Amino acid sequence: MEFLVASAIGVLTASGLYLVLRLRTFPVIMGTSLLTYAVNVFLFASGRLTVGAPPILTDAERYTDPLPQALVLTAIVISFGMTAVVVMIALGAYLGDDDDHVDDAAEGEDAR
Amino acid sequence: MSLFLIVALPFLGAMLPGLMNSAGRQACAGVTFTVTLLALIGLLTNLPAVLAGEIVTARVSWMPGLGLDVTFWLDGLGFFFAALILGIGLLIIAYARHYLAREDHMGEFFTYLLLFQGAMVGIVLSDNVLLLLIFWELTSLSSFLLIGYWKHLPEGRQGARMALAVTGMGGLAMIGGMLILGQIAGSYDLSVILENRDAIQASPLYHPALVLILLGCFTKSAQFPFHFWLPHAMAAPTPVSAYLHSATMVKAGIFLLARLWPVLSGTPEWFVLVTGAGLITMVLGATIALFKHDLKALLAFSTVSHLGLITMLLGTGTAFGAMAAVFHILNHATFKAALFMSAGIIDHGVHTRDIRRLGGLRRLMPVTFVIATLAALSMAGIPFLNGFLSKEMMLEEAAHTTLFDLPWLVPALAVLGSLFSAAYCFRFVGHVFFGPVRDDYPGHPHDPGPGLWGPPALLVVLVVLIGVMPFLAEPFVKLVTAAVLGPAAEVPEAHLAIWHGVTPALYMSIVAVGGGFLAFAAHGPAQRLWDRTPRPEAKTLFDGVIAGIVGLARRTVAPLHDGAFSRYAAIFAVTVVAVGAHAGLTGASAAPSRAMQTPGVVQVAGWAMLVAAAGALVFLHRNRLLSLILIGIVGLMVTAGFVLFSAPDLAMTQLTVEVVTIILLLLALNFLPNRTPIESSAFRRARDGIIAVAGGLATMALSWHYLLRDTVAPSISEFHLANSYKGGGGTNVVNVILVDFRGFDTYGEIIVLSIAALLIFALTESLLAGPVRARLLNRLPDQPRAGGTHPMLMVIVTRVIMPVVMLVGFFVFLRGHNEPGGGFIAGLIVSIGFVMQYMASGFAWTSARLKYPYHGVIGAGVLTAGLTGIGSWFFGAPFLTSAFTYVRIPPFDEFELATAALFDLGVFLAVVGAVMLSLESFSRLARRQHGPEDDYPMGIDPSRDDLPRTTEIGA
Repeated sequence: MEFLVASAIGVLTASGLYLVLRLRTFPVIMGTSLLTYAVNVFLFASGRLTVGAPPILTDAERYTDPLPQALVLTAIVISFGMTAVVVMIALGAYLGDDDDHVDDAAEGEDAR
Repeated sequence: MSLFLIVALPFLGAMLPGLMNSAGRQACAGVTFTVTLLALIGLLTNLPAVLAGEIVTARVSWMPGLGLDVTFWLDGLGFFFAALILGIGLLIIAYARHYLAREDHMGEFFTYLLLFQGAMVGIVLSDNVLLLLIFWELTSLSSFLLIGYWKHLPEGRQGARMALAVTGMGGLAMIGGMLILGQIAGSYDLSVILENRDAIQASPLYHPALVLILLGCFTKSAQFPFHFWLPHAMAAPTPVSAYLHSATMVKAGIFLLARLWPVLSGTPEWFVLVTGAGLITMVLGATIALFKHDLKALLAFSTVSHLGLITMLLGTGTAFGAMAAVFHILNHATFKAALFMSAGIIDHGVHTRDIRRLGGLRRLMPVTFVIATLAALSMAGIPFLNGFLSKEMMLEEAAHTTLFDLPWLVPALAVLGSLFSAAYCFRFVGHVFFGPVRDDYPGHPHDPGPGLWGPPALLVVLVVLIGVMPFLAEPFVKLVTAAVLGPAAEVPEAHLAIWHGVTPALYMSIVAVGGGFLAFAAHGPAQRLWDRTPRPEAKTLFDGVIAGIVGLARRTVAPLHDGAFSRYAAIFAVTVVAVGAHAGLTGASAAPSRAMQTPGVVQVAGWAMLVAAAGALVFLHRNRLLSLILIGIVGLMVTAGFVLFSAPDLAMTQLTVEVVTIILLLLALNFLPNRTPIESSAFRRARDGIIAVAGGLATMALSWHYLLRDTVAPSISEFHLANSYKGGGGTNVVNVILVDFRGFDTYGEIIVLSIAALLIFALTESLLAGPVRARLLNRLPDQPRAGGTHPMLMVIVTRVIMPVVMLVGFFVFLRGHNEPGGGFIAGLIVSIGFVMQYMASGFAWTSARLKYPYHGVIGAGVLTAGLTGIGSWFFGAPFLTSAFTYVRIPPFDEFELATAALFDLGVFLAVVGAVMLSLESFSRLARRQHGPEDDYPMGIDPSRDDLPRTTEIGA
């Protein structure tokens, strides 16, 4: 199972990175979303993987590490805020300029 | 008066003149004068203690972990400087009141002056070096404002910029040096550092510390080779020049040299650097001063020269040298302030400061003549004036100082410096006041009112008084000298006196004054020679250096930072991967200590879906709608993973955030093109692919590595698990961490979220206020729209389901403390309920039913959370301490009441407000696009008699 999670993090990172390197705003936003998943899962996994031991106090003997969960929970919500702001900025640029390139037009080879 | 108050008074008072500007010039000057007078009186109340040899201290712990305490101390040296700063400050304020023209902004001037004064007092009274550094930087900044006070003059602006660049750079070096000193001494308290002479001088870090601190002192005190900024700073109004040059700013560097004298001095390095720089500065400054035609420029270079003299004295490292330095600081402050003020009076009356256009003023301005002449002769070192006494002590010290094994070098240079010094003083008096009365003055030379000549006259009285009766100043000078020397040396026996008998110093003095007179007599030819000699112009060099640095920065930054985001992202990714790979390949690691868990079929299937969706996204991302679906799959699989690995709270959060994110992206996609065109070359795609795969492999390796090993150090989670119920009163540890253990973090996070939402709102507002609005209104749908934009089925279902959603949200919120749930998740669920209404029934229908604006909801949330935190103060507990109790109201079960629930309510409200405000803002963009027909809540409404319509393309 550890391998599955590690490879999932890797795939999410790789796809996210590739999309972040694209030239239009929308794929870049998709890419940052994928990277957000990757980072959240990465942080979550730093509490190690435990099946069937949620950190809800009962008579159980063991619980999974609650701290990464608390950190990731707020990270998920904040990432929504971040995505929304970036989308708004991208939208504003596109509506104002009719251009959804992420790179400055000053750049040589890739700009229109 | 407490030292805190003495330092704080100028800063607090600084607000007054700025605010009172409309109350008139008299009020501005009056309030500034009063504030300074109060601070001075406060200082004087500490005089008995200082005279008794006590050290007055005031201390408040601020950040003890960093060694940053607000500590002030007052000993002889601090008292001396503070008295100079405040005392001369008073005279300057009185003078400035009459000096500044009617059109000058009086309140602004006095505000800057008080800020500067406060920073200077802070420097001389700080015990903690970090605090001292803050005040040090503050003097650089506030003197920048003062020097550039006449903003309309380019010289003023350039002079201010140069002063800031040079002293600010020195300040940076000083920070480094002081931190090293603090490290060696193990404390950032000056009083402790001063007792560690041996440890500091034995340390291998002594040399770097010395060089860095000297850089700071030399730049501030305009020592060679950093002397060039001071003459340019004279573009400031004359009261400022008088203040900066006599009692403050440039004396700050001298002060620090004196303050650190016990720990830094006495080594050969100190001797060579400080004495050498001082000597060069002294001779160079005096020479240039002789050939300046501008009165203020002459005085500025004379300041440079005299500062060199003081530095040289401190550099010798003997107790006698230190005493002479202290005495000269006092004397220089008196006569130099008087001289600058006289120059201002001349400028005021004659409307020129050019010596070549002056002359014969002794008949026209007799009062000014007396004041300026006495002060200038004191500077020249004529007996019965205070300058003579300290200059003789300097020559005496120089006669016994040997540099580079050349016994004649220091005395010769000292005499040369004094000679030129006498010469420019004679020129100041001779060419301005003597000679025939001219008939071509630009103005009408006349003595001003007592408001202008009073302050310098007072100083000249001191000049004469100390000059004739030096024994009056002797106890004080010795007290200050004792404070400078500290435990390092004994106060010398020598007395301050006019006649010491026939000593080498007397001969040297005679040579200097006589030679000075000869040089003055030969000034005409010498000036012509000087004008013909090519010299490096400091300002040109400085501007060249600055231009070079700017060019270098531009050449370095431009290739890296050329406006291409994808390039930064690529550079960043490659760097991180490279650094990580280096660490991973060279570092040591433990053997795997955790056993692998075997996955079942379902887990493998989930993994496969996630990997397939993420992979497909790479290849299919050009179809933007499809990519939204794919990213939804990824989100769902991540959610499932959270469920599997015992994180129910995370799963619920992820699921709900997923919904609002997709809605958000759909709203955005409404305006963006549906497809991403192919733009990158194949090479570039391959390059990005390699970067991406490398990054993926790196993170995979890292997670794989740590998933198989236990944590190196025990996690703090044990504490949370153990105390969640006992201390926080909840069994859901994640929620207790959020609202209790780390409530302050959560508080910050909801504020961030709220700011993000407000930012989106503000961006929407500005978009809709600009040309984009017209474009949105004229925009045509690029695809056929479905008929019935508000399908009846959906409208009815969402309305029916709304109370259920609310109930679920309420339930999830209430159970949050003990079971999975809480404010974040409940907020998201309720938001989804609202969003469904918008989607089904339309913007207008929903908005009309909205009672509270979302901003208000956000504000209420943040306030509720904040007030809950503040509430604990009333019980004497720190911010956000939670309390809980169990109550039982029949017929219900026993239940818990916790303040954490109130905090969670704040979280809930902030989340609802933030999510709704963001989505609503996006919808407002869309609303402009459609016509008013969408305002009907249902596409098909039996009560309406119009027919359902289909919007055609281009309709």
